[in-house]
Amino acid sequence: MKCDVCENEATVFLTQIINGQMTTVNLCETCSKAKGVTEETGFGLAEAFLSPSHRTEAETMEVVCDACGFTASQLKKIGRMGCPECYAAFRDGLDGLLRNMHKGTRHVGKRPSHLSPVTPQMLPRQRPSVVQQPPPPAPATSPSPAPPPADIAKLRAELDLAVREERYEDAARLKSEIESLQPKASSK
Amino acid sequence: MMRFATLIKNPADWMKGAGPHSDVVMTSRVRLARNLRGYPFPGFSQERQRIELLERARPVVEDLPEMRDGYSEDYTDLSKIRKQVLVERHLVSREHAARSTGCAVVVDRKQSISIMINEEDHFRIQGIRPGLNLASAYEVVDRVDTELESLLPYAFDAKLGYLTACPTNLGTGMRASVMLHLPALVLTEQINPVIKAVGKIGLAVRGLYGEGTEALGNLFQISNQHTLGEAEPEIIAQIEKVIEGVVRSETTARAKLKEDHQTMLRDQVGRAFAILRYAHILTSKEALNLLSMLRLGADLDLVGNCDRSLIDMLLLEIQPAHLQLNAARELSPEERDSMRAEITRARLQSIDGPGSFPPSNSTPGGTPSAPNDE
Repeated sequence: MKCDVCENEATVFLTQIINGQMTTVNLCETCSKAKGVTEETGFGLAEAFLSPSHRTEAETMEVVCDACGFTASQLKKIGRMGCPECYAAFRDGLDGLLRNMHKGTRHVGKRPSHLSPVTPQMLPRQRPSVVQQPPPPAPATSPSPAPPPADIAKLRAELDLAVREERYEDAARLKSEIESLQPKASSK
Repeated sequence: MMRFATLIKNPADWMKGAGPHSDVVMTSRVRLARNLRGYPFPGFSQERQRIELLERARPVVEDLPEMRDGYSEDYTDLSKIRKQVLVERHLVSREHAARSTGCAVVVDRKQSISIMINEEDHFRIQGIRPGLNLASAYEVVDRVDTELESLLPYAFDAKLGYLTACPTNLGTGMRASVMLHLPALVLTEQINPVIKAVGKIGLAVRGLYGEGTEALGNLFQISNQHTLGEAEPEIIAQIEKVIEGVVRSETTARAKLKEDHQTMLRDQVGRAFAILRYAHILTSKEALNLLSMLRLGADLDLVGNCDRSLIDMLLLEIQPAHLQLNAARELSPEERDSMRAEITRARLQSIDGPGSFPPSNSTPGGTPSAPNDE
């Protein structure tokens, strides 16, 4: 492949997603140095030298984050996410990755004291400080304000995940939480 | 707000104050990675998005009780040398200093808290304390973080915790690191087993300026690698426990050097002092390594009238950007080496040379007599 700037063979390939549009730049070593493309962590790489004449192509085959347009192959290449929503978009396989990196796959540390509407599934009870301990019996109390259906959907998703990951204690707790949230729901 | 010159004129709180084990532990630092909902991470955002976030967040950060009347600067207004000075003071990361538009740093008056905006994450909140005191460094950043979270919508997930650009920071977003001076473990060739053992427990060992840097001046940085699956106090308690073990090994090695290798030790310290005191050309590497020996000599009372903080200040002053800031212009490497030697000679004037001390067993206890008055 030829360099987009000169005629030499391209050895540096840059891909950036901006508003869901993938732009690709191919550069030879000399031109990549001249443009200051030396590290993968530098940002705005494509911005720096992309003119409208460069081609853009739409990715259709792979998983893409709806919020920022980041793709699964970019994640694989760079090892970083595009935006906070990417963690939901690329949830499949994430646990395996996290297991290799960390002590666990579940956050047990600090939590914001007031929670944002994006994470309404926040559990009302305190998390035990020792991870291994079985959780206390499922809370029988239901939160006072009637939850929007979205809450239940989120909890269901969490439940699915818990079952898939064979975290049965969590699953049981989530199940009873869902039940407590839908007192008047008719049986399916 | 404070000016750059005012910030740099004064030594940071952590440079003056001695903390627990400060003969071996130089500093304890804790940083939290935080991001806002609704914005892509800095590495994948457009310039206007970074500027938008900066314009929204910076006034909020500047107005936090801890940061009021501190120093705050947009990177577009900051010269390369000034940025590098902030790196040498450990107030910003090398990665952050390499960036420009849409980035800023806010530092408190005491230089013990710094908040980087649009680093790899939207925020990196860092606390720094002298000696082994991670718990206190965490307490500070935790407080700042709690204030910030009440003012800005953080990206947080019930299962994954604080969402970060790199999954290696996920969960607590916390990196706790300790800077250690381990000359005796290096001299007695015990350093490699220690590094290996520390690595096995899941902690990372690095050189002076973090990732991928060489261990100059016998300075080592130890930090946690796992951020998910453990709570912050557990992580900190574990590192402190490990560090206490390393401190014990270093202290034992120092005592052994003094006991069994007295002559070799005095020779090393004496040579270091002689070169530092009289050299006219000093490279950064040579200076760091010799100052390490001098610091060891001061800690073991082999050098008279030598305050440890004098050496620690000098360690900063002789770094490339500090030299250039002092000279108020860019310096070639050769010019830096000669200026480094000049400053070092001047600072060491007040120190009694190690040669003026009687051999080990002639002065029982007590401070050795000052030979200058004869």
